[in-house]
Amino acid sequence: MINRYDNLIIEFFCRIIAAPLFLFGVYIIFHGEASPGGGFQGGVILGAGFIMLAIAYGMDFTLRRIREKMILFLSCIGVFIYGGIGAACLLWRGNFLDYGKLPLPVDSVSAIRGLGIMGIEIGVGLTVMGVMISIYYDLIDPGGIQPDMLSGEE
Amino acid sequence: MMQQAPALTIAILLLTAFWVPIFGMVKRESAYYISLTAMFFSFLAACATLYAVVTTGPIHYRMGGWPPPWGIEFVIDYLNAGVLVLISLISLLTTVSAKKSVEREIHRSKWPLFWSLYLLLVMSLMGMTETGDMFNMYVYLEVSSLTAYGLIAMGEKGALMASFNYVILGSVGASFYLLGVGYLYIATGSLNMADLSKILPSIYRSKVIFTAFAFFIVGIGLKMGLFPLHMWLPDAYTHAPSAISTLIAPTMTKVSAYVFFRIILTVFNPHFSWEVIPAATLLRWIAAVGIIYGSIMAIAQKDIKRMLAYSSISQIGYIVLGIALANRMGLIGGALHIFSHAFAKGSLFMVVMAVIYKTGIRNIDDFKGLNRKMPFTMAAFCLAAFSMVGVPPTAGFFSKWYLVLGTVAGKYWWLTAVILASSLLNAVYFFRIIEKIYFSSFVDLVTGGSGGHEHHELPAVAVAEAPLMMLVPILLMAAGILAVGLFNTQIIHHLLQFIVPKGLA
Repeated sequence: MINRYDNLIIEFFCRIIAAPLFLFGVYIIFHGEASPGGGFQGGVILGAGFIMLAIAYGMDFTLRRIREKMILFLSCIGVFIYGGIGAACLLWRGNFLDYGKLPLPVDSVSAIRGLGIMGIEIGVGLTVMGVMISIYYDLIDPGGIQPDMLSGEE
Repeated sequence: MMQQAPALTIAILLLTAFWVPIFGMVKRESAYYISLTAMFFSFLAACATLYAVVTTGPIHYRMGGWPPPWGIEFVIDYLNAGVLVLISLISLLTTVSAKKSVEREIHRSKWPLFWSLYLLLVMSLMGMTETGDMFNMYVYLEVSSLTAYGLIAMGEKGALMASFNYVILGSVGASFYLLGVGYLYIATGSLNMADLSKILPSIYRSKVIFTAFAFFIVGIGLKMGLFPLHMWLPDAYTHAPSAISTLIAPTMTKVSAYVFFRIILTVFNPHFSWEVIPAATLLRWIAAVGIIYGSIMAIAQKDIKRMLAYSSISQIGYIVLGIALANRMGLIGGALHIFSHAFAKGSLFMVVMAVIYKTGIRNIDDFKGLNRKMPFTMAAFCLAAFSMVGVPPTAGFFSKWYLVLGTVAGKYWWLTAVILASSLLNAVYFFRIIEKIYFSSFVDLVTGGSGGHEHHELPAVAVAEAPLMMLVPILLMAAGILAVGLFNTQIIHHLLQFIVPKGLA
């Protein structure tokens, strides 16, 4: 575990930049379907935001805000959002991932497709963010997944 | 819902795989039951797909409704419908039988992650079987490799190193495959298999295509453990958790073998693979050396899992030999061998899993007199061993028979000799074990006492069969061996005869 090292300049700079960084990540995710960007890039930026906080403020600070359990949950739920939107299309007699068939309250088929892709980008973004942070946590903590990490019933 | 079955085979597993860790956080035991349910429904979807293919002909399923060659499509024809059901049946049976073994060999905290990776591995194998798109195939290939690395690394001591070796070689194989796809894409601008097979014949003399073909052969060869590229396979099979050896031995290399068929026969046409480049000549030699090498190495092993791993290398040789014979009987024999070997190797590994679970025995010498302790399991072992050797009513006999007919039709007499010699070698290493099981007295490892001397009455050994959850899948697999053997003409009539290209004797 890397210990915290006080440095006023780094801490101040990170505090200033953190909020715009997360906002920018979300912006990139939501612009994915119409312009360069998308879930992967936005997710990397969101993940980098947490990694930056972990570098500047130490692991304890970051773990209090986003725990390993939460990361696992986000990574899984992201893929589920992707696949779930794909599978939802089956219910409206479309093929797998055929978003055009989703009954969304928008006029044109292309707009429905756009919304479907946006939903998928959100899923991708969550998963990429989760996996980025998870990789960083694993690098910092050589133990990897601790035996008590998934403890539920004890 | 019937026309959605191809997508459901994948979607059910994919969606469940990511709920398993989440439910596992709440209650670990739930991970197994969720996985089992998903496997069952996926199997039903695979059966529905097979039924649709047999009754109405090949299915083209467009992902997202986009038409090929731009969109990704699943193409399920006669060959891969059969392989699909085979993969999903064997992985379902493995899932049922693996519960107890996994609970013992894997740490409690890793159960949810284990089952999640397990579902993803099966999902990717089914995806590789179904897809009609070269790049999509690469994605599934990578998912199957990555999940397999993780699962193998969960095994005993030595598994990490085995998994690492596999990571290195598997990455090389996957990159070669990807390079091949890249070359084809540069040359043709298409990734769809059907589209490629239309565009390619006009540029068959191009060096880019030669290079791409070589990359495919080496990349897929690495994945299927073809003879000179097999170095990762014995360690990975030996040190992986028993459940994972049982899953990957019958499925992973067989799916790669199917991809081999697909690339040689569908993407490139036989004229290219066999005449423009003499790939068949080269592959015949490689397969023949691999068959003999695998059998001889298997004789030299003490560890049963390692022995079965080397035997797998030899059996992969048969499948490749079937392709390389380049005639009707050879192709049918090779394709049928995918089925017969999958069932035989699956039940052998399942038996080994049960033996390891019940007694902890892995050394072949310790199998003495095991038939009186586990009679049904050992009967299944015997049947599977007969199939590997090629004793008549079992599946192995018929696939080898068609291969021999293929060598005779092509007048490759030395290959006939290779097949017969290898069958003899198979007999050597399997009857060595069968002799120990049935004709030596049982040595109780716990008390260390020898169970009786020669010429004396054998002492009563209490029957301690594997738990029912292991025994039933083992017996079903053994029944599968017989079924593939007895119904081989039906399998060939309904599925395999269509893989033979037109105009081939």
